[in-house]
Amino acid sequence: MADSANFSIIGKRMAMTDARAKVTGLGKYADDLAVAGMLYGRFLHSPHAHARIVSVDTWRAEALRGVKAVVTGKDAPNPYGILPIGHDECVFALDKARYIGDNIAAVAATSAEIAEEALDLIRVEYEPLPAWFEPEKSMQAADHWIHETKPHNIEKEYHHVFGDPEKGFSQAAFVAEQRYYAGEVNHAAMEPHATLAIWEPEGKLVVYSSTQVPFYLHRTVAEVCEMPMSHIRIIKPLIGSGFGGKSEVIPIEVAACVLAKKAKLPVKMLYTREEVFYAHRGRPITIVDLKMGITREGKISAVQARVVQDGGAYCGYGPVTVLYSGALLGAIYDISNVRYDGYRVLTNKPACGAMRGHGTVNVRFAFEAMLDELAHQAGLDPAEVRRRNLLKAPCITANGLRVTSYGLPECIERVVERSGWREKRGKLPFGKGIGIACSHYVSGAANPIIRSNMPHTTVNIKIDRDAGVTVYTGASEIGQGSDTVQVQIVAEVLGVKTGRINLVAADTELTPIDLGSYSSRVTFMAGNACLEAAKNMRAQILAAVAKEFACPADDLDARDETIFRKSDPQKRVTFDEAVVMAINFHGALFAMGTYAPPEQARGGKFKGAGVGPSPSYSYSAQVAEVTVDPETGHVRVDRIVAAHDCGRALNPLTVEGQIEGSVYMGFGQAVQEEMVWENGRLMNPSLLEYRTPTTIENPEIECIIVESHDPEGPFGAKEAGEGSLAATIPAIANAIYDAVGVRINTLPLTPDRILAALREEQKKAGGNGAGANGGRR
Amino acid sequence: MNKVLLRLRVNGEDREIAVAPNRVLLDALREDLGLTGSKRGCDDSSCGCCAVLIDGVPMLACVALAASYQECEITTVEGLAAPGELDPVQEGFAECGGAQCGFCTPGFLIATKALLARHPNPTREEIRGALSSNLCRCTGYMQIYESICYAVEKMRAKTPAAAR
Repeated sequence: MADSANFSIIGKRMAMTDARAKVTGLGKYADDLAVAGMLYGRFLHSPHAHARIVSVDTWRAEALRGVKAVVTGKDAPNPYGILPIGHDECVFALDKARYIGDNIAAVAATSAEIAEEALDLIRVEYEPLPAWFEPEKSMQAADHWIHETKPHNIEKEYHHVFGDPEKGFSQAAFVAEQRYYAGEVNHAAMEPHATLAIWEPEGKLVVYSSTQVPFYLHRTVAEVCEMPMSHIRIIKPLIGSGFGGKSEVIPIEVAACVLAKKAKLPVKMLYTREEVFYAHRGRPITIVDLKMGITREGKISAVQARVVQDGGAYCGYGPVTVLYSGALLGAIYDISNVRYDGYRVLTNKPACGAMRGHGTVNVRFAFEAMLDELAHQAGLDPAEVRRRNLLKAPCITANGLRVTSYGLPECIERVVERSGWREKRGKLPFGKGIGIACSHYVSGAANPIIRSNMPHTTVNIKIDRDAGVTVYTGASEIGQGSDTVQVQIVAEVLGVKTGRINLVAADTELTPIDLGSYSSRVTFMAGNACLEAAKNMRAQILAAVAKEFACPADDLDARDETIFRKSDPQKRVTFDEAVVMAINFHGALFAMGTYAPPEQARGGKFKGAGVGPSPSYSYSAQVAEVTVDPETGHVRVDRIVAAHDCGRALNPLTVEGQIEGSVYMGFGQAVQEEMVWENGRLMNPSLLEYRTPTTIENPEIECIIVESHDPEGPFGAKEAGEGSLAATIPAIANAIYDAVGVRINTLPLTPDRILAALREEQKKAGGNGAGANGGRR
Repeated sequence: MNKVLLRLRVNGEDREIAVAPNRVLLDALREDLGLTGSKRGCDDSSCGCCAVLIDGVPMLACVALAASYQECEITTVEGLAAPGELDPVQEGFAECGGAQCGFCTPGFLIATKALLARHPNPTREEIRGALSSNLCRCTGYMQIYESICYAVEKMRAKTPAAAR
């Protein structure tokens, strides 16, 4: 294998291996699939936010010609949930509907029209109950709890103290205390969820589904359908992205299976966009009461946060989200004294879940905005304040997170240089502003969701006599380029062209288990498993060639489709010849690689310590430049310079795509995306009204890749897909302050909020004109 | 509803289907003709994933009645290049990261084809304007712009100098 400076495939810009399938329109997503005799499934949803289900009467629907199956709660009563501590949902509500949109029944019929007609024939008698919509009111509830087992509608609460926060605050020269509020956002992946469940005559299910977690889906379908896992095969087709919205089992996936099993026929289901919003699992409304102190020199002496998350009606990933908010709050910097109180609260709204930057984004907004405020109070450059609080890696943070590589100093330096920060900060005309912020994220969770000692990923490689290399991986390509990066790793190690490699991925019958595409784990974990499998395969091939050449195997190298002697490069065989030698020598060529995070990476021993630890962390720094119109409050983000430490960019093309995509999504949440609720009803359940950014609003993004070469990452790589998102929002908020002198503590940073703050500022200053440079600087 | 016989000219071929008069073009393409390249991403013509060219104009197939376009040339993503070949725009999106998850890609390719037919060498502002009816949730649009620049260069290189 080549040394680090001399790779032939790693570090090169490479088009995705499935790019042709995507640009020709020939690649198949779940809803593109059809089989003969397929039925069309549709859901009946609750119109009530909280209601006892008295009766569900389906006989009229069943009698309709063309209807092949009607299912309700009693057809699938086994509860499930992504967390072992949160099996609180059934695919169809059994006793109560807990949010508007909760699933009551489903119909499979010979056409979509008949299925919809049948839904109208189902009679449901409800007994409405008082409902809880505001998290802080919900956690005071004395009765009518959403789940009887969760008193006061508190799903979970955690209280962590590290160091001595009181002492830390007493050492501070400047202390800020503020409430921040972040509205709810949805992944809005372009592909709505779809599932095709095929009932096989042998009593088996073959399921094609839009999922980031085929192996969790496998387990859940087995539990709900009461079938052995060996009778269920989950296949992940092309996925039209996920961002976390497909990272737990979604009702449509299970409902299609329940219908198919009952009808004994294939059933396809597709969510409308409105149903996607109500299936949700997005980033929750988050209330952050934050207090932070810094010394005169700008060193953070203590941080204290009380976080309340509006989790919706079911557990989902909730406890994990609220734990991430605490675990990654202070760990980006060197902070000894931290207090965290996190509450995950149930409300009568769709369940929230994991969304890109899971749990870290809203607290990072609050933290980085407050740090900016404190820097101004102390009369220090906000970039310099961040530099004065850097970790000294390798190290263990106050809350037990092991940091192995730390490119944050370089990220800050590079964005400061590229953006012209020193020339611009505080010197731009009124209405123009520049802001800086940082963020970090895990490269996969060190502890699996379901505790076990199994590897998190296993990869198998097979080579046949034709010298084609087949890689069997459970990892789920969802658009991020994970198939491509695995192909690159195997090709680099074996010294072959990428075109020689066939990847078979995410099929529970063919591929070994991988936990899924979430928490930015695939490059690091599946990448390491690929690396190990390929090294094992390479050793077998080199051993056979060494025998042929009568030389030691470590005198051999594999590169550019040949195996050659390092001491005499003219002595060589082609890869095809080497494979024949190896098969003659070993028999069939098969190799396996696995990955499990090392024990030291798995965190502390306190309650809740399992969430946050990762084998490695990515780091980001960003500078945003904005123009604010003081007459309208409108913000235009002109430019974002984003530096991201991804360890090593195995494929710079896709790393840049991930950074830019993260910045874009952060921009959307910062200035325009919000799910607007009224008594549990979503006021904007469409892409027209839930305004994801178009080409018109989206800023110009300049990407800087920082490579810190993580000691445990595959070729030094760590995550690139999520970590950048969280820095974008506070960078924009801080730039708005630089532009017009107001701090907006509520997301999104909409014109009405900016205008109201400007007017308030003018009132305080006794000013009389919007352009009068308010209280700025 | 009684079905009607429609004759549609799609990707240069005449195709006949019997559908309800209110069948939208997207369903006719995806379900009746098996052309699943055009995608359904929303309920209300807001995402652009279903865009097709109708007589060279990008239209949203999810809100077009199939019966209204019997006299027109309809081009879907499957018709942008001969089988096995790629149009320069497709090549650009493949090579430069314009397609991540790929779900919005057919719509973007259609919008880009229409743009480049009008402006063979578009400015950044013209590109932003022409793509503003298409939503992408993956790329942050930057690599889509690069993909289009790649296609522009590729097309320029193919055009004989005299014709420029």
